Amino acid sequence: MTAFLLLLRHELKLSLRQANESTSAVFFFLLAALLFPFGVGPETSVLARIAAGVIWVTALLAALLSLERLFQVDYEDGSLELLAVAPVSMEVIVFAKSIAHWLTTGLPLLVVSPVLALLLQLPASAIGTLALAMLLGTPVLSFLGAIGAALILGSRRGGVLLALLLLPLLVPVLIFGVAAVDAAAMGLDPIPRLGVLGGFLVLALGLSPWVSAVALRQALE
Amino acid sequence: MFELANPNRFQKFAKRILPWVAGIAVAAMGAGLVIGLFLAPPDYQQGESVRIMYVHVPSAWMALGIYTAIAVASGCFLIWKYPLADVLARAAAPIGAGFTLITLVTGSLWGKPTWGTWWVWDARLTSVLILFFLYLGYIALRNAFEDPTRSAKAAAVLALVGFVNVPIIKWSVDWWHTLHQPASVVRFDGPTIHASMLIPLLLMATGFAAFFTVLLLIRVRSALVARKIRALRLVQAGAGPHIDEA
Repeated sequence: MTAFLLLLRHELKLSLRQANESTSAVFFFLLAALLFPFGVGPETSVLARIAAGVIWVTALLAALLSLERLFQVDYEDGSLELLAVAPVSMEVIVFAKSIAHWLTTGLPLLVVSPVLALLLQLPASAIGTLALAMLLGTPVLSFLGAIGAALILGSRRGGVLLALLLLPLLVPVLIFGVAAVDAAAMGLDPIPRLGVLGGFLVLALGLSPWVSAVALRQALE
Repeated sequence: MFELANPNRFQKFAKRILPWVAGIAVAAMGAGLVIGLFLAPPDYQQGESVRIMYVHVPSAWMALGIYTAIAVASGCFLIWKYPLADVLARAAAPIGAGFTLITLVTGSLWGKPTWGTWWVWDARLTSVLILFFLYLGYIALRNAFEDPTRSAKAAAVLALVGFVNVPIIKWSVDWWHTLHQPASVVRFDGPTIHASMLIPLLLMATGFAAFFTVLLLIRVRSALVARKIRALRLVQAGAGPHIDEA
């Protein structure tokens, strides 16, 4: 547990000192989502209809953008190998790094999403659900993403490959994330959809560190 | 050379059964096409376009079946480190992607006269599209590394992760589709299918499976030969006796 906290603090310190990682994800999120009104027109009803989908898709892409470097830097400068011989299990390392990734990208995305929701005319009644859905859904992006980030270590073309590997796997999160917000916007009960998202989160928390650890050990062989 | 011992036996076995499987493929697909295209009755709702199903449905079965086979082979490779399993998975992937593409294209061709558009975000079409991307991701990851051992292991992990996700994706897409149910969709899944249609369908499925086996055997054989050549080259280049890694 102490090792986990130390790792987490180390990761957070690093990303605070070179803040451009998480700020670039947030900026991408804002810019990409704010292009949509120019694309589809300023009509309130149209924007309100697509707001949830736009926010989720751009959040997913923003997370993907930052995932490529989740293990890349540590892999290239050799600190991943040092971590691997440290008396900590690889699963704990992956868990700490995934949590750190969520805290530095998922959480900032979650914080700015209500602003975007307002700009995109999402009904005010759905904003709370959007925040809740992103609270449950964005950690899944970080944890499933860790598997992909570990698998592509040392490959020739990182970014596009990562997108190709991860996007099919993230479709369920997208579907239920949007559905929960849509339900709230239409006055339906979003709890069942949020429950499914929570289920995905539990699965990802339980299985992904284990799989990512296998993939990382392969990368270090 | 002990690592190649089993593949050697496989080579001989493949050489022996290849003509037989090829014969079955030609016979079953020939008979299936003749019966399906000329003898089977047109559907009372879909008319003649139902005949696309004799290609579409078997390729959809193959697409799913081959992905399952890749996952099983990847599991065998990761657990027992059986090299032939990896060669099989690698050889099967592009064939599976091909069948998935055939499923998508024939589905689209069938959709035009039946639904009036080339593409509908139907639950099945969407699931097959995602399956196609899973195949592409697998193939791309296989080709992304210089080191063949690394690409084999990474791809095996990806195949298993994808396989675990397939039911979740399928269920999500079904759920998503019922949420956004389009107004007029003719559904194909009648509870019963008449024998006059079932026979060509099963013949085509057998033919496709045999055709897949033929392609797989040819690809595995050439992959094994390529591996041998690489190993021999390494020896020639003076890389030492450790040729099993190549």
